[in-house]
Amino acid sequence: MKRWSLGKWLLPTYAGLALLFLLVPIAYTFVFSFNDSIKSNISWRGFTLNNWLNVCAKQDVCEAFGNSLLVGVVATIIATTLGTMIAIALVRYRFRFRSSISLLLFLPMATPEVVLGAGLAAEFLTAGVQKGIVTIIIAHTMFCISFVVVTVKARVASLDPSLEEAGRDLYGSPRQVFWRITFPLLLPGIVAAALLSFALSFDDFIITSFNSGTATTFPKFIYTAAARGIPAEANVIASAVFILAIVLVIGQQVTSALRAKRTGALR
Amino acid sequence: MAFAAFSTAEQVEQKPRRRSRIALLLLLPGILYLALFFLVPLVALLMTSLQAPVEFGDIGEYETAFRWENYQTVISLYGEHIIRSFTYAVLATIFALLFSYPLAYFIGVVARPWPLLQKLMLVMVIAPFFISFLLRTLAWKQLLADESPIVTGLKALSLLAPDAHVTGTAFSVVFGLTYNFIPFMTLPLFASLERLDTRLLEAGGDLYAKPATTFFKVTVPLSMPGIVAGVLLTFIPAAGDYINASSAFLGGSSTAMIGNVIESNFLVVLNYPSAAALSIILMAAILVMVTVYVKRSGTEELL
Repeated sequence: MKRWSLGKWLLPTYAGLALLFLLVPIAYTFVFSFNDSIKSNISWRGFTLNNWLNVCAKQDVCEAFGNSLLVGVVATIIATTLGTMIAIALVRYRFRFRSSISLLLFLPMATPEVVLGAGLAAEFLTAGVQKGIVTIIIAHTMFCISFVVVTVKARVASLDPSLEEAGRDLYGSPRQVFWRITFPLLLPGIVAAALLSFALSFDDFIITSFNSGTATTFPKFIYTAAARGIPAEANVIASAVFILAIVLVIGQQVTSALRAKRTGALR
Repeated sequence: MAFAAFSTAEQVEQKPRRRSRIALLLLLPGILYLALFFLVPLVALLMTSLQAPVEFGDIGEYETAFRWENYQTVISLYGEHIIRSFTYAVLATIFALLFSYPLAYFIGVVARPWPLLQKLMLVMVIAPFFISFLLRTLAWKQLLADESPIVTGLKALSLLAPDAHVTGTAFSVVFGLTYNFIPFMTLPLFASLERLDTRLLEAGGDLYAKPATTFFKVTVPLSMPGIVAGVLLTFIPAAGDYINASSAFLGGSSTAMIGNVIESNFLVVLNYPSAAALSIILMAAILVMVTVYVKRSGTEELL
């Protein structure tokens, strides 16, 4: 069957090429983090490790990166807490206005970032709030909450209620049942939600640019520098973050695969 | 929710939900937060869009009014940007769907016997998320610049006119939008194709359907939730994006989208009412398009 064998090779080849295509700009960014550039990091001038060894030589890059970390961590903590609470309530409890609340949670994800950013900026303008790091954190928390709710909700819904019942039967107080049983079981979902929040916050530019005033974040630094040329140190930071994220993700995949194997062996 | 397509977690039989004061305590902080920083801003945006300039005031000074003609003004001034945004976004969504469907099909259906390969390929699909959005767009700008090997190569092969440019054109903006939002398309497609029952495809073949017929009559309808979710997740951010179209990135002076106009009106020329009116128009247009699209594709339960 000739068609079958053609089809057999066509799809894998396409998939391989498509994945390579997705990685092209990543490879470019990584390679140019080793470029011996002077001012703008556009043409290749030779290999050097200097950019990696002296990342903070360009102080403004590091400062922007530090701000991004601060904003990301604080916004993630607030959004994960608020979002997890909502997710538990949505799955476990009955209450009025359920559909309006679902709509309120869905809309921020369906609104273009530029509208979220401009809206919040209009509010701060009307209220006379000075824009800075705090307003960036407020903005990031806002758009992360819905993503946390979606992620954690799936975990709460797949939780076996009989485990908590067993805890109650064994005279566990509600607090003990929550912290000893519910919370540990929800933890993988909460961690996934937190990582997603942090990634969204760390890479956000559009909403940040409307609500940051003079404060910079890493993406905002790149945007401002784009016109005159990005220093290679920015590539170094982005590459380092990329490697860290990939190691985390692959590590998580491997441990979950191992765990699946182990529980599979037990059955 | 459109994101329901993502959740592959199986639903465990839940006890009937309890009504309790705890629910209120759990919901209140988050809901108040969203009310204060999502709903109130929309109202602020609506009010700002109707403001009038203060007489003899400075640049950026406006007062509360009901100047509905602000909307007429921005539509006549920026009508072409609005149309261009939606054209680019529709094109990028179509290209992303065409690019992603075979890829997601391979990962979700063909590669099923090799779970490790599946996981590795999924990591590669989301890998672009881990490098700054702006840097990967700038990387394409350098790769497609006039003096880059790709462009000079194409010119040497006469596939491109000697005086042609790639960056700064509609092509490069749509290319950038497509590239940047491909993972948003591939992931929900994968989530939906991963659960495709391949016995149904065999059944199609057994009933003498050609492979193409089986594909369009069985595979595509069964993956519709993934297609709808992917289209929404690509179209919405693409329509509002202004990074790809900015002239410091892949765009030029003739590629400005509605996001570029909102940004420059709000942050550069401090014409808040125009920026706000355009934002309201963008949001309203997207809501209408999304509602119509979801209704027509028959997947209302997604929302």
